[in-house]
Amino acid sequence: MSRTPVVSLRGVSRSFGAARALVGIDLDVHAHEVVAVVGDTGAGKSSLVGVLSGALAPDEGQVLVDGAAVSLTDPAAARALGIAAVFQDLALCANLDVVENLFLGQETVRGGLLDEVAMEKEAWRLLGGLAARVPSVRMPVAALSGAQRRSVAIARVLLGEPRVVLLDEPTASLGLTQVAEFLTLVERLRERGHAVLITSHSLSDLQAVADRIVVLRLGRTNGEFDADKASYEDLLAAMTGVPR
Amino acid sequence: MTGPTPLVTAQDPGSRSAQLRRRLATGDLGSLPVVVVLVVVWVVFQALSPTFLSADNLVNLVQQSAATGVIALGVVLTLLLGQIDLSVGAVSGMAAATVAVGSVRLGWPLWLAVLVALAAGALVGLLYGAVHTRLRVPSFVFTLAGLLVVTGLQLRVLGAQGSVNLPFQAWLVRFCQTAFLDPALSWAIAGAVVVLYGAARLRDRARRVAAELSAPSLGSVGLRVGALAVLLAVTIAYLGTDRGVGAMFALFVGLVALTDLALRRTRWGRSVRAVGGDAEAARRAGVPVRRVLVSAFVACSTLAALGGVLAAGRLAAANQATGAPEVALTAIAAAVIGGTSMYGGRGSAWSALLGILVIQSVSTGLTLLNQDQAVRLVVTGLVLGVAVVVDGLQRRARES
Repeated sequence: MSRTPVVSLRGVSRSFGAARALVGIDLDVHAHEVVAVVGDTGAGKSSLVGVLSGALAPDEGQVLVDGAAVSLTDPAAARALGIAAVFQDLALCANLDVVENLFLGQETVRGGLLDEVAMEKEAWRLLGGLAARVPSVRMPVAALSGAQRRSVAIARVLLGEPRVVLLDEPTASLGLTQVAEFLTLVERLRERGHAVLITSHSLSDLQAVADRIVVLRLGRTNGEFDADKASYEDLLAAMTGVPR
Repeated sequence: MTGPTPLVTAQDPGSRSAQLRRRLATGDLGSLPVVVVLVVVWVVFQALSPTFLSADNLVNLVQQSAATGVIALGVVLTLLLGQIDLSVGAVSGMAAATVAVGSVRLGWPLWLAVLVALAAGALVGLLYGAVHTRLRVPSFVFTLAGLLVVTGLQLRVLGAQGSVNLPFQAWLVRFCQTAFLDPALSWAIAGAVVVLYGAARLRDRARRVAAELSAPSLGSVGLRVGALAVLLAVTIAYLGTDRGVGAMFALFVGLVALTDLALRRTRWGRSVRAVGGDAEAARRAGVPVRRVLVSAFVACSTLAALGGVLAAGRLAAANQATGAPEVALTAIAAAVIGGTSMYGGRGSAWSALLGILVIQSVSTGLTLLNQDQAVRLVVTGLVLGVAVVVDGLQRRARES
């Protein structure tokens, strides 16, 4: 593609002690595009999302937004550049209610005080748009089911109208119907012009929705595939390293 | 979008009691249980000692609770973050010593001495915050180290005599000992508070209705505002049959109300609860976790220093026993008894007021019954023990 990618990685490496989670990763994500990053457990998927979201500083390499190198010192910096992530563990505060979690770190303020009415109204609108069923937005997140919590986490990401949405293992705890609903949601994100990056250790979930599939293996890029053309066997071979 | 209404299911009246039991078990009832405890304590002591609920005794009781209550308010802030500051008593002692020595021995103007004491408290909190956020040392340990250092500083500031008296005509002493709100002023403040609260509630309700959100009925708004009005009116009228509302107690309640507003309705307060609930989640949501932690440690130490200044004023002296370990323990106990969780993220500014009232009531009641300090310590310890057990059980209930 000739367009400038919204976000790119160039030669990004990250180690945890002796363990090399990411080694010289190059990656581009464009607007109106869904990129799936697949790999076995421990391939470096969560670290990749960590670096892109500002939660994890790379040891080497660069993150580029619109072709210019940026320094993502923390998640707030990433979000200011339009990059928002739903983490695998969702990163919700269980003691806060749904509205409080949705707006955490970006609360609406009116006359110096929190504007609960505006936030609650927006919360219902967002959750309604995701067709998410939550008994009450004033319920602590601790009292919600796993799927409900995931809806809250995704709604939170959409709140700031980010250009890049990172979804780390979003389908891990979902049932079949919920996966279908989720994939529809991802398509909607692409239609709206978001650049979407999804990680998964399961191939079948994402091939239907992804434009491109990047395979990670032991921290390195081990192949990049056009989602329409790649065969299951090719992908599996790249993921496991076993020659066909 | 279907709108919020169909998703919010109406309460099934049959499950009301089950729901109440669940909320009681998980601690979602807020301050209600400790209010019940306070009423029970008052009824029991009144039955045992007819003078307990006399206006004279209650005026003394609330005045007596103000200084340590202010310290407990700071403790609430650190507990909300899942942290603790064990040195609040020592910091209050150092602040008292600074005020007394500065104004009496060094001849500073009293306001300057108070300011220096508060600044010293803030500095201690800043150090704690820096140590905690940069070196990630548990606050339990380094505030214990701080306790020893600050106590040492307090003894050095006081010098060889170990005690400095404040003159009785000093404004600080008069403010803490003999200043009571003029009845007209009390009623004016109470009236203004009720009107403002009612107006805020009504406006909030109107905005919710306009936004098509579930809104409380006018009746329930009226009930809440009415309850606040009755509470304030009864307090002012009853204390007014004696000396009235003490200025120091009014200051304490005012600080609690302000802190409550900051915790519930500002971004800072939201951040405090988020960091206390799950610091990593809050960080990834973009909350400036370090700044929040430092601010809470600074606020805690500054309030501890203010508590020490008030204690010095009330005693008209500062000595080596001001801010003794018992003060810190009482303040921490008050915060926990008042319903703030030791596990972070749950609690309210009002728990400082309610908790210190429970402790002070037990203490005053036992004194009226001619019980010595041994019994007071045992009973207070038992109350704290029960509060901590309840806190732990509620945490388990929430997680299950």
